[in-house]
Amino acid sequence: MSEPTATQDLIQGTPEPSAAAVPNSSGKPRSLWYDTWDILKRRKIFWISFVMLIVFLVMAAFPTLFTHKDPEWATLARSMEGPSEDAWFGFDLQGRDVFARTIYGARTSIIVGVLATLGTVVLGGIAGVIAAYQGKWLDSLLSRVGEMFLGVPYVLGAVIILGSVAPVQSNPGKTMIMTVVIIVLAVLGWPVLMRIARSSIIQAKHQDYVQAARALGAGPFRIIFKHLLPNSLAPILVYSTITIGSYIGAEATLSLLGIGLRTPVISWGIAIADHTRYIRTGAHAMFFPAAFLSLCVLTFVMLGEAVRDALDPKLR
Amino acid sequence: MIEVLPESAGSGTHGGALLEVDDLHVEFRTRAGVAKAVNGVTYSVSAGETLAVLGESGSGKSVTAQTIMGILDMPPGKITGGEIRFRGTDLLKLPEDERRKVRGEGISMIFQDALSALNPVFPVGWQIAEMFRIHRGASRADAKKKAIELMDRVRIPAAKERVSDYPHQFSGGMRQRIMIAMAIALDPEVLIADEPTTALDVTVQAQIMELLAELQRDSNMGLILITHDLGVVADVADKIAVMYGGRIVENAPVHDLYRNPAHPYTKGLLESIPRVDLKGQELYAIKGMPPNLLDMPSGCAFHPRCPYRQETCTTDVPPLHTISGTRGSACHFWREVLDGDAQ
Repeated sequence: MSEPTATQDLIQGTPEPSAAAVPNSSGKPRSLWYDTWDILKRRKIFWISFVMLIVFLVMAAFPTLFTHKDPEWATLARSMEGPSEDAWFGFDLQGRDVFARTIYGARTSIIVGVLATLGTVVLGGIAGVIAAYQGKWLDSLLSRVGEMFLGVPYVLGAVIILGSVAPVQSNPGKTMIMTVVIIVLAVLGWPVLMRIARSSIIQAKHQDYVQAARALGAGPFRIIFKHLLPNSLAPILVYSTITIGSYIGAEATLSLLGIGLRTPVISWGIAIADHTRYIRTGAHAMFFPAAFLSLCVLTFVMLGEAVRDALDPKLR
Repeated sequence: MIEVLPESAGSGTHGGALLEVDDLHVEFRTRAGVAKAVNGVTYSVSAGETLAVLGESGSGKSVTAQTIMGILDMPPGKITGGEIRFRGTDLLKLPEDERRKVRGEGISMIFQDALSALNPVFPVGWQIAEMFRIHRGASRADAKKKAIELMDRVRIPAAKERVSDYPHQFSGGMRQRIMIAMAIALDPEVLIADEPTTALDVTVQAQIMELLAELQRDSNMGLILITHDLGVVADVADKIAVMYGGRIVENAPVHDLYRNPAHPYTKGLLESIPRVDLKGQELYAIKGMPPNLLDMPSGCAFHPRCPYRQETCTTDVPPLHTISGTRGSACHFWREVLDGDAQ
């Protein structure tokens, strides 16, 4: 090693200029999530959808807070009776209280939406991580399999699977039919999430910090869970939020077609399906569940868009 | 100056060198053809020694470093020959999980752009502490304490307050210090610095170089400094390997090289440094372009740009001629270059 030169002596005597110039006025570390929150909390659309989300979640968790009526109690004498002071939303074909059934329907819709999305994220996420990290033939294989699934029209695929697993005339149990519908939604929906996960992980994979982590001795699991996933979480999160909404809609569609959920399950989709024929004589039995369904889907879509706006710097 | 080992670089196994790269060949298979990025590079570094690898973009210096670390993307990269020996073991023959143990603890690396080399979603202290938690099994509290100590050691002011800040909250020089802290966390025996100062401004460059030199003095590690800047290495390097077109074209102790280059490319590089005593005159530049790796010139890769070019240069690849103990030049006419009687 050579002796320190005059230049170095000079530098050692100089205070670090960069230390003072650090932009850290707030004194608080600003992570991506902190920044996101900072933007979110100033957005009206976020607060509207957030409040609506809370209302729907409370409705799903504690329906008795909203109604004391039994959604299963049928008084046939009051069949298709319109809204009144006693029953705000009126009565359905079987003479059951529409308000009670609409409130109780929230739980089914949210459970189906959330669990199906969870299944999609797990299936698609794992496939996406494997495809992106491993690359080569496995990537091609998974991508092609995903495209095969995407090639099947959603409703057609669901009709075929549900039609063979739980035919229209059959009467599987409450849990069974919900499980089947959740699985069908996840199985048909995972390729989209795989694509999102795959592309954002491929993007993250070529970043220097992944190379640096490898150079410092990190193993594949550490690289995936500490470097790749946290840095590609944003698009997955945004898509998932919006997907909950669209799965709630999809569940209603399948119920309407008679191949999804069915009685004894209480769901908005079933309520709509049961009363389509009575739209001219008693629209209330269909209108209220349909309105709640739309509001619930809207809630998740709005929330997803708010989160996306906050997370995606390109849109700022 | 720390004594340079008497062996000539890469002459088989010798006890002194920690890390030896021996006749390494790396290619990239691209759609346009095979790009020969590294064509028989040989160099070595011993404990406490600083080797500067000098070369312009595309000369293969970074690819060599990535191959040493085992972080080369394969494909498209492919190692077609040679050995990389660390403490006598050929790393290229080790299975991946054993090789991984060498990274970080045996050989470590710092990158050119520290901002992109730090994970943006975790605080810097967390990233340094993770090295201790994973490799040393330290508890969270201990690891954090050690992270602060390390940040102090690389002279980050107010390390204690800044340990939970995120990479984007630091200036360029500070980020590079954090990267250095991570790289030396596990006391590696060899540290590779791939253009550590290129992304920094000049005053900070000198501070980082001084920090690296000081850390090396303290821990007696071997340092490989990859750079394209002759000025950066003059003070800290012990020996220099100049790369051109994927080969070492000149190999020399630092002072010999600066005083009297033995390859026309090195000579051209030295002449193109702005000097105060030549103020007002036109600055010398090496004419022409770096070689296209897909289509290397025949013979000596430098011949299209070389003022010493003769007929043989276009046909024969010059071997690395030994000039004296540790000096070598891959030029047919190194004697003429040394005497400086051309032009």
